[in-house]
Amino acid sequence: MDLLQSEIFANLAYIIASMLFIFGLKQLGSPETAQRGNLISSSGMLLAVAVTLVNNQIISYEWLAIGLLLGILVGASAASFVKMTSMPELVALFNGFGGIASLLVGSAEYLGTGSLGLISLTAIFLTLIIGGVTFSGSLVAYGKLSEILPGRQITFKGQRLVLIVIFIVALLFGAHLIFNFQVVQGWNPLYSFLLLISFSLIIGLLITLPIGGADMPVIIALLNSYSGLAASAAGFVINNNVLIVAGALVGASGLILTNIMCKAMNRSLANVVFGSITSSSSGAVNPEEVGEIKPINVSDAYLILEAANSVLVVPGYGMAVSQAQHAVRELGELLEENGCEVNYAIHPVAGRMPGHMNVLLAEANVSYDQLQEPDDVNPVMDTVDVCIVIGANDVVNPDAKENEGSPIYGMPIIEADRSKTVFILKRSMASGFAGIDNPLFGKENSRMLFGDAKESISGLVAEFKS
Amino acid sequence: MDNLFVLLIFVLVLAIFLGFELINKVPSTLHTPLMSGANAISGITIVGALISSGSDGGLWTTILGTAAVFFATINVVGGYLVTNRMLGMFRKK
Repeated sequence: MDLLQSEIFANLAYIIASMLFIFGLKQLGSPETAQRGNLISSSGMLLAVAVTLVNNQIISYEWLAIGLLLGILVGASAASFVKMTSMPELVALFNGFGGIASLLVGSAEYLGTGSLGLISLTAIFLTLIIGGVTFSGSLVAYGKLSEILPGRQITFKGQRLVLIVIFIVALLFGAHLIFNFQVVQGWNPLYSFLLLISFSLIIGLLITLPIGGADMPVIIALLNSYSGLAASAAGFVINNNVLIVAGALVGASGLILTNIMCKAMNRSLANVVFGSITSSSSGAVNPEEVGEIKPINVSDAYLILEAANSVLVVPGYGMAVSQAQHAVRELGELLEENGCEVNYAIHPVAGRMPGHMNVLLAEANVSYDQLQEPDDVNPVMDTVDVCIVIGANDVVNPDAKENEGSPIYGMPIIEADRSKTVFILKRSMASGFAGIDNPLFGKENSRMLFGDAKESISGLVAEFKS
Repeated sequence: MDNLFVLLIFVLVLAIFLGFELINKVPSTLHTPLMSGANAISGITIVGALISSGSDGGLWTTILGTAAVFFATINVVGGYLVTNRMLGMFRKK
């Protein structure tokens, strides 16, 4: 028997591939080593694919070559030509493709192999349901992030009930798929198979459509975890260790991220997925409740910034919307030339996906050691001369600390209100996600800089240059 | 068969624990690249896809397997390239 084609050789190579994934993931944990970690992980993937291709289970190469070539073409061009600002939706889309691939592997095994045991059938059931949810859920996330779909919560009456019923019915189809018991005359397990796939796709839609923009980071991290679990389930379908290990690693890392996102909002996962925040008031902020709103214009803001020794920028989704990150970086550099210390405070759930703001600012050439977490900046907030809040709202809302009646009470925030002066860049007084009042706007030390964030920041940059 | 199953479950459980340990201390700056890099790893399902597509399992298996190869390849190639591009931007001055 040829060594390269032997099963033991393939399995040993899969173990090496698993080790490369583990090393790679470990190195992804620090900015200095992350890029190398990604390379190590990709070499593990290359090894796994190469070993599979020479393995004797594969007897014809025409079809898979077509799939591989088209996939490389599409994947490489999408990854190379997409704008950095569209990164979040692309990551969501790729995630969905991982899910559908696992679903298809499960389906191919189901339709191909003659007799399947209980364990294989159960694993196939899991790839179908997890892969299906991952696929349709990620497509919705893609649609919301790329603004093809509206970013708000899409709900209808009785949505939760419909979801529960569909889930139970999907489980019944799954049970039929696995045990093949007699239901009604002429009902073929194949029907259950097809309906299970359709219902899985619907479940994915029903879970993600009601998620509002501000909760997107949680659901994206969760879908990331699911794509790993789907791959793991596919590993049980074909009895392959490397799929199980790699899938489990991704599943675990996605769950950890999900947990971090939930903690950052002081909410449970169940609350994010099933309970939408009930808004205390809708529409505009009531000025009487939040105190006097004090607008400021660009030239006055410039005078204050010019005298500042320490500036903290707090970006939110609004910065992404107005594409202000390059102007922000330019302003930061001018402030530094002026002898001012500039840092960026980034809340874990700022933006629409985990780490969204960090990627935008890194793209704009902001050094990553200036990107800080709330726990780093809050203790020294009293020494900050000016806090510039750009399109962030809930993550700086003092109600989270002070008002027990607020829906976001208990959420860890960036305590911008404790800095000496707060500039809030905002289009208008319309409230943020869920229509929660933000008393920060009416605080004594707050100044509202109304208008498009990019224009306002560019105005400040122009003032510094003149 | 049953022994193999127990062994695979054993591997699964250990790998999950390992995953929790590996990721626990990732700074939030790297959350997006971590997700996208992990997502590329989940494209490992390409191994199953290649086997389905290339083995002699009948017409449907070949068609579905080839579609799986296509999607998994996008996931793998696109995922690693995008992660690499993103990480290239994280610079320290």
